[in-house]
Amino acid sequence: MNSWIGKQRNLLDFTLSSLSRRRGKTLGMLAVYTSIVFVLASVMLFSHAIRREAAIVLVKSPEVLVQRMVAGRHDLIPARYLDAIRGIRGVQSVEGRLWGYLFDPSAAANYTLMVPASPRIEPGKVIIGDAVARARSAEPGDLMSFRAHDGTLVQFKVDGAIGRESALVSADLFLVSETDFRRLFGIPEGLFTDLAVSVRNPREVGKIAEKIDAALPDTRIVLRDEILRTYESVFDWREGMLLVLLAGAILAFAIFSWEKASGLSAEEKREIGILKAVGWETGDVIRLKMLEGLVVSLSAFLLGYLLAYAHVFHLGAGLFEPALKGWAVMYPKYRLTPFVDELQVATLFFFTVFPYTVATVVPIWRAAIIDPDQVMR
Amino acid sequence: MRPSDAYLLGLALAVTLFAASFADAALGLARERSALARKAELVERLGLTDLVLFTEARYTRHPSQADLHSAFQDHPFALDHFPSGSLLPPPRLKGRS
Repeated sequence: MNSWIGKQRNLLDFTLSSLSRRRGKTLGMLAVYTSIVFVLASVMLFSHAIRREAAIVLVKSPEVLVQRMVAGRHDLIPARYLDAIRGIRGVQSVEGRLWGYLFDPSAAANYTLMVPASPRIEPGKVIIGDAVARARSAEPGDLMSFRAHDGTLVQFKVDGAIGRESALVSADLFLVSETDFRRLFGIPEGLFTDLAVSVRNPREVGKIAEKIDAALPDTRIVLRDEILRTYESVFDWREGMLLVLLAGAILAFAIFSWEKASGLSAEEKREIGILKAVGWETGDVIRLKMLEGLVVSLSAFLLGYLLAYAHVFHLGAGLFEPALKGWAVMYPKYRLTPFVDELQVATLFFFTVFPYTVATVVPIWRAAIIDPDQVMR
Repeated sequence: MRPSDAYLLGLALAVTLFAASFADAALGLARERSALARKAELVERLGLTDLVLFTEARYTRHPSQADLHSAFQDHPFALDHFPSGSLLPPPRLKGRS
């Protein structure tokens, strides 16, 4: 056993000295390899964490939402639709919701205005999300004014701010009273943005949605299940420009590593020839070269993964910010809950470490079975 | 110190950190569980439907509430001109849009 361990250590010593002879090439390869693993692992960890968080948090979103469509656009829904829905068996409650967007010219940002059922906001007061507070440097007691639909000024006193902890769902919220909302946008009583329906038996949601669809044909129904499904696909591996761009980089890396691993340089061939001439077995030569591949790919995987973990869960995924931010002025400062899928990590390990290590075997085997004299010439 | 010893030491350190990342994730998850519950409670109380990921356009701020055409309906032949539009898939609705 001890002699086996000693042999492996000698082999590793030889591998490391062989790699250090080509220091520039090895370090270059390690850097490219590590950065590819880093980007892949960052995307993987980020998208998994955000999908899981969305699934847990949005499971409490409204069960059924009913929107009115006019000429293909979302329109305000009249209060009489409430009665029509209340009449459907199995419907527990229906509430009219008021929400919309407000462009704030001073911050050049869009806020999501909402009238919450709870807590009830007093007219003239507002509760703001964390990104709004940051964009306007607003604190409780400060005044904020906006031009209403008719040009008059509507003033709000900041009553409180929603903590950064829930920024992922509340960063751009601007919670106002129903009176202020209607005054700001000129929406008369009896009209709502959409309706939120809750159903007595969750298994009947589909049936009730069909009944609402039949009773109110100019409406569009969004189920909670559909909201969750939309977020399941957000940041999916196969979707999005980021991954399309990344696919090009991965392909380039695959070609680079294949070329590097499978094509032997004259120097490497000569090295194999010398090793054979001094008495090394073909198996030993293959083991040595596989070990070289394993040292590079395993080091790159571990380094890349650890950097990605720190980047996503401890440094706020800062490198993704410019891509995710787009043209938005407000970007929530959130810390993702560290959901890690072990199977995904194992898949990443398999697809980054094994192909490179295995790709080294065939050309080395070919070189190792040739007569040493012929290789050294 | 032999080169193999230095490498194995570095490898052991990296493997320990790798294992520690899973422990850190488990601890972080346990720590954040109550915060997640508070977030879910806020979602329920305010009736929220979407995450605040992209605030630039209404169909990127509330992708689950947007219909399939909202990104292109500003004028005939309008193309989605917000960068984040390319990062978001369209809403997954059951044949109703």
